[in-house]
Amino acid sequence: MKLPEPKHPFWQRLSALPFLQGRNGVIALPYLWLLLFFLVPFIIVLKISFAETEIAIPPYTDLMTVEDGHVQIDLNFNNYGYLFSDDLYLKSYLSSIRIALVSTFICLLVGYPMALAISRAKPSTRNVLLLLVILPSWTSFLIRIYAWIGILKPNGYINNALMGMGLIDEPIIMLHTDFAVYVGIVYAYLPFMILPLYANMMKLDHSLVEASADLGASPIRTLFSVIVPLTKAGILAGCMLVFIPAVGEFVIPELLGGPETLMIGKILWQEFFNNRDWPVASAVAIIMLMILILPIMWFDRVQNKQQEA
Amino acid sequence: MRFKFSNLMLGLGLAFLYIPMLILIIYSFNESRLVTVWAGFSTKWYASLLENEKLLEAVGKSLQIAFFSATGAVVLGTLAAFVLARFKGFKGSTLLRGMLTAPLVMPEVITGLSLLLLFVAMAQAIGWPEQRGMLTIWLAHTTFCTAYVAVVVGSRLTEMDMSVEEAAQDLGATPVKVFFNITLPIIAPALISGWLLAFTLSLDDLVIASFVSGPGSTTLPMVVFSSVRLGVSPEINALAAIIIGIVSLLVFASWFYARRVERARLKDIQAMKNG
Repeated sequence: MKLPEPKHPFWQRLSALPFLQGRNGVIALPYLWLLLFFLVPFIIVLKISFAETEIAIPPYTDLMTVEDGHVQIDLNFNNYGYLFSDDLYLKSYLSSIRIALVSTFICLLVGYPMALAISRAKPSTRNVLLLLVILPSWTSFLIRIYAWIGILKPNGYINNALMGMGLIDEPIIMLHTDFAVYVGIVYAYLPFMILPLYANMMKLDHSLVEASADLGASPIRTLFSVIVPLTKAGILAGCMLVFIPAVGEFVIPELLGGPETLMIGKILWQEFFNNRDWPVASAVAIIMLMILILPIMWFDRVQNKQQEA
Repeated sequence: MRFKFSNLMLGLGLAFLYIPMLILIIYSFNESRLVTVWAGFSTKWYASLLENEKLLEAVGKSLQIAFFSATGAVVLGTLAAFVLARFKGFKGSTLLRGMLTAPLVMPEVITGLSLLLLFVAMAQAIGWPEQRGMLTIWLAHTTFCTAYVAVVVGSRLTEMDMSVEEAAQDLGATPVKVFFNITLPIIAPALISGWLLAFTLSLDDLVIASFVSGPGSTTLPMVVFSSVRLGVSPEINALAAIIIGIVSLLVFASWFYARRVERARLKDIQAMKNG
């Protein structure tokens, strides 16, 4: 058998070249887009967090000024100083983290058994159940939060029902409290907890579960010493998917929370839209990012590992 | 025992997810302006919704933005997912991966603020975009939707049988031809679900759009939000019922279709085996 003759090096190079160009072109398009519209904006936020507020368009000063032919860079740390001097900001960061942590934990407690039940269902039922879990997140987020205003308000459905049954004389105040914020976050983010858990459980090797049962472990013991450790990646991904956006949540504390509900997303919004203080809003965003950068990198790692697997 | 407990939790959890939406739909047919007190059946809030010109205009704008954002996101997201799945380990692939995962969890206020500041800085530096409006919302939505499309398409790309691509390549097809004639048809369902996901995400976004919009580009969520801030309103209930209705219809239709296709495929395989 005669092997095809190797091509002349020149042809080899030439045929490789357009492909290489094409390949780089294909990489470049999404790459440049995301660099410009995702990464560069953060650098600008960082820059403006060191600027001063000014009544102008845009409402902040330039960091760089040219005086007598010298470029002068003024870094103004006052915005950060301001955030640390007023304990409103510190309290808001802490309470955002607390609210997000508690909501994430409740989502996990509710979502884990749900995901487990879905993964154990018959394949045909499984698809329907999965669809039922996803469907709410395809309808409007805003409207699903709005639904809770009618349910929780003083003359809302719950209070009307309880008073109608004569269980209470006065309405229970639920709307505009932290309680309502927890309900809203758990309600809105529950599907995001269930999906990664379910995906992880589907990869679970059932022979290990059976082995555990055969060796005499109780169902509870099997759950905690076999199933939970094996679905750690799903738990981690689900928790990050709920925790990180919940820390910066704006709509839920705005609609369901009260004046004393401090959440940093709401503060940022107010600094920007009500006080028109763009530099302070930027500083608030930068500190929020610094808090979230570790969880985000963690999530990135879990996500990539799962994709490679 | 545990199996029963998890089934019970599943039932309760689904009830928790669906009861609020059911209440919204039921009370959208309430005669009374006091949304939470039942006063008889009426469809008048649907009629008054159709007369609300501000709302209808916003619906039109939102649909337009969502259409173009979803389309842009499918192009960029597919390219990004393809590049990551097929050109493994090229220089800078870790950064690209990171830029595709981070938007999935990034708080919206941060994304919105940072994009607005970018647009302001660009307008100062190069005079573009001149004004904030539909264009800037489209740019913002395309960017964050790209990340979601890349997840959907990426998982399909890693699942698919690569030997078909390799066979085409061995038979002399150029990489471009392989992509358009082999890869694209195989991952087409993922492109469609990615497009739909991006469409709904764009249609639903309030926070990012509020930051990057300008005068005269009020989207539907912005109209709903300013109304909802003032409390419950029967018109919003009617709108909610319409949205939930359309989404459920589309989701179940596509599920039904996918099931039929799958069954037909299994039947074909069976027929082939029986020869």
